[in-house]
Amino acid sequence: MDGLEERPAKLNILIADDNPTDRMILSRIVQSEGLSVIEAANGLEAVEAFKKHRPDLVLLDALMPEMDGFDAAKHIKQLSADDLVPVIFLTSLTDADSLARCLNAGGDDFLTKPYNRIVLKAKIAAMTRLRNLNKTVLAQRDRISGYNKHLLREQEVAKCVFDNIAHPGCVDAPNITYILSPMAVFNGDLLLAARSPSGNLLVFLGDFTGHGLPAAIGAMPVAEIFYGMSLKGFAMSEILKEINRKLVQILPAGVFCCGCMAHFDYRKNVISVWNGGLPDAILYRSDSGEVEQLPSFNLPLGILKPDQFKVAPKELECAEGDQFYMCSDGILEEENIEGEMYGEQRFLDVFKNNTDPSLIFSEQKSALDAFRSTDDQGDDHSLVEIIFRQEDAHETAQTSVIATESISRDWRFSYELRSETLRSFNPLPLLTHIIREEPGLSAKSGELYTILAELYYNALDHGVLGLNSQMKASSDGFAEYYRLKEKRLLSLDGASVAITLDHIPKDNGGRLTIQVEDSGKGFNYKNIDVGLESNSGYSGRGIPLLHKLCERLQYHGKGNVVSVDYLWEYTNKLLTKAG
Amino acid sequence: MTIWASQSEAGDALTIKVQGRFDFSAHQEFRDAYEKSQEPTQQYIVDLKDTTYLDSSALGMLLLLRDHAGGDTASIDIVNCNSDVKKILTISNFEQLFAIK
Repeated sequence: MDGLEERPAKLNILIADDNPTDRMILSRIVQSEGLSVIEAANGLEAVEAFKKHRPDLVLLDALMPEMDGFDAAKHIKQLSADDLVPVIFLTSLTDADSLARCLNAGGDDFLTKPYNRIVLKAKIAAMTRLRNLNKTVLAQRDRISGYNKHLLREQEVAKCVFDNIAHPGCVDAPNITYILSPMAVFNGDLLLAARSPSGNLLVFLGDFTGHGLPAAIGAMPVAEIFYGMSLKGFAMSEILKEINRKLVQILPAGVFCCGCMAHFDYRKNVISVWNGGLPDAILYRSDSGEVEQLPSFNLPLGILKPDQFKVAPKELECAEGDQFYMCSDGILEEENIEGEMYGEQRFLDVFKNNTDPSLIFSEQKSALDAFRSTDDQGDDHSLVEIIFRQEDAHETAQTSVIATESISRDWRFSYELRSETLRSFNPLPLLTHIIREEPGLSAKSGELYTILAELYYNALDHGVLGLNSQMKASSDGFAEYYRLKEKRLLSLDGASVAITLDHIPKDNGGRLTIQVEDSGKGFNYKNIDVGLESNSGYSGRGIPLLHKLCERLQYHGKGNVVSVDYLWEYTNKLLTKAG
Repeated sequence: MTIWASQSEAGDALTIKVQGRFDFSAHQEFRDAYEKSQEPTQQYIVDLKDTTYLDSSALGMLLLLRDHAGGDTASIDIVNCNSDVKKILTISNFEQLFAIK
C-alpha cells in the first residue's frame, strides 16, 4: 500500500541544502512525484521556512553554513511538538558514527548521496505512513481524554446525588470513629449510622462486589431503606430483610453486598450483631481487655431469595465503655512489598498488645500504615469503631418541630395482635406512626416509642411467653433467654396482646393513655411497690424508666393489664416535654 | 491466571480449573468455560487446586455459574481449595450454596 496516493491533499516537502545543484536535483525528483516543494539554503532558512509553511516532511542536508542540519533538526522537532514531522537527513557521509549522529539529533531516517529516485520515493512513503499513524494516535488520545473529562464531570454530578442519599447519618457522633478509603470517585464501601426513635444506635458497614459506579448504585437503595426504616423504629432484622429483598430484586446475579449490622441498645445494655460476609467483627471488653470475635454466619445481602433469607442476630450483653469494631476485607488483604497479606492475626495482635483502650483505633491505623508498602490501596478498605456509650440520644432522636398552630385532637385507637402476628410482626413502627399523626406528639415520638416498646415487650416476653427477666442476670442465662423466647414464639397458640391508645385534648396540650392487655396469667402486682426505683424485680429495668417518663402507671385485673398516662403541652410554640 | 474446562467422558460433568489469581480479570474466560460447553451438563466441578487467591468478584462469578446451572437446583462442587481460598469462601458462607470439598 502506498501512503502517498492515499492522501488527497498535496504533501509539502521542505528541502534544505546549501548546494544549489543538489537542491535542484532533489526538487525535481520530488516534484515529479506530484509533491510541492519549499526550498531553503541553510539551517536558519530551513527553520524559518518550517515556521511559515508547516511542511509535512523535511529533507535536511547534514552539513550547511549558518546552522547545520543537526541543530536545525532539533529546532524543527521542538517546533512540531506532538505533531510528528519526519526529518530525513541528506548526507554524503557514510561512516556509522555520522549516520548515528543524524538519528540522535532527532532525524527519523537518512538518505545518502547520490540520490536514488526509487529509494527516495519509498522513504517518503514510509515516513508519510508514520506521520499518518501518529495523527491517528493523537486524535484517539484527544478523544479518550475528552471522554475521560466528560465521565469525571458526570461522576461528580452522580456523586452529589449519591452523597445526598447515602449520607453518613450520625457517623460523626463522638462515640464513632472510622476510616473509609475510596478507590475511585465512588466508594465501594458504605458506612451508615442512625438512631432509632428510642435513642438506640444502628450502624451498618457494607462492601459491594466491585468498585465505583456499580457498587455505588447498589448502595443507594441500601441507604434509603436503612434510614427510612430505622427512623420509623423497625427492628434490625426487618431492615436487613428489606435490604436483602431489594438487592435481590435490583442487582444482577454475581453482584452482592457483604455487610455487618449492629444495634446498640443502651437501656438493655445489649449489642445485636448480624454479620454476612465481612471479616469477624470484634467486641472489646474495656474492663477485662477480653476480645470477642463475631464471625460471619450468613450469606452476604442480595444473594438469597426473600423466603430463604433468615435473620438471627447474635445478642451480646455489654457494659458502658465496651468497644465494637467492624472492618472490610480490604484491611486484611492489604499487601506489603513482598506481596504478603496483612491478615487477621496482625489485626488481632493490636488488641492483644494494647494498654490503653482509647488508643486502639489509632494503633490499628498506624500498624496498617507501617505494614503497607505504598500509598496504593488494593481494595476499598474501611474500619469503624463504636464505643458503647449513649450520646445525648434523646435530643438527637427528637426533631424539634415548630408548631404552626396549637391543635390537639380527641381520639381512640385499639389494636389486637394474635399468635401468628405476635410471632413475626413488630407493631411498634405502626403505633409510632399513628402517634406521630397527632401534631403535638410527633416531636415526642422518641419517648413514646420507648414507652410503647417497654410495655409491648413486657406483655409479650413476661405476660404471653412467661419468660423471667431474672434469667438475663448472667451471660449464660442471657443467651438462654433469647433461645427460649424463639422457641416459645414458635409454639404460640391462642395468645394475644391488645394495645389501646386514647388521646384527650387538654388546655394547651393533651393526655395520651396507653393500655396494654396480654393473654398471660398475670402476676401479683399488689406485693410490689410499683414506685420502686430499682433495677430488680419482676419487670426488670423497664419499670423505673416508665415511671420517669409517665405521669401514672397502674396495673389492673390479675396483673395482665397495665396502663400509663402521658401528659404533654405546647410551650412557646416549641414542643417540649410536659411536667 | 489461566482457565481450563474439560468435559467428563460421559459428557454430563464439566470441570473448570482456575490457575493463579481468581479475580475480575478471569471474568470473560470463566464465563466462556461454561457457556461454550456444547454438552448438556448436570454437574459442575470448580477445581481450585492451583488457585492462589480469590476476591469478591470471583465470588460473584461463582454465583453467575450457579445461576447458569439452574440456581437453587444447581449441582456445583468446589474442590481442592487451599486454606486462604477456603477462608474467603467460608466468610461469605458460600457452603450454603455450593458443595465445598
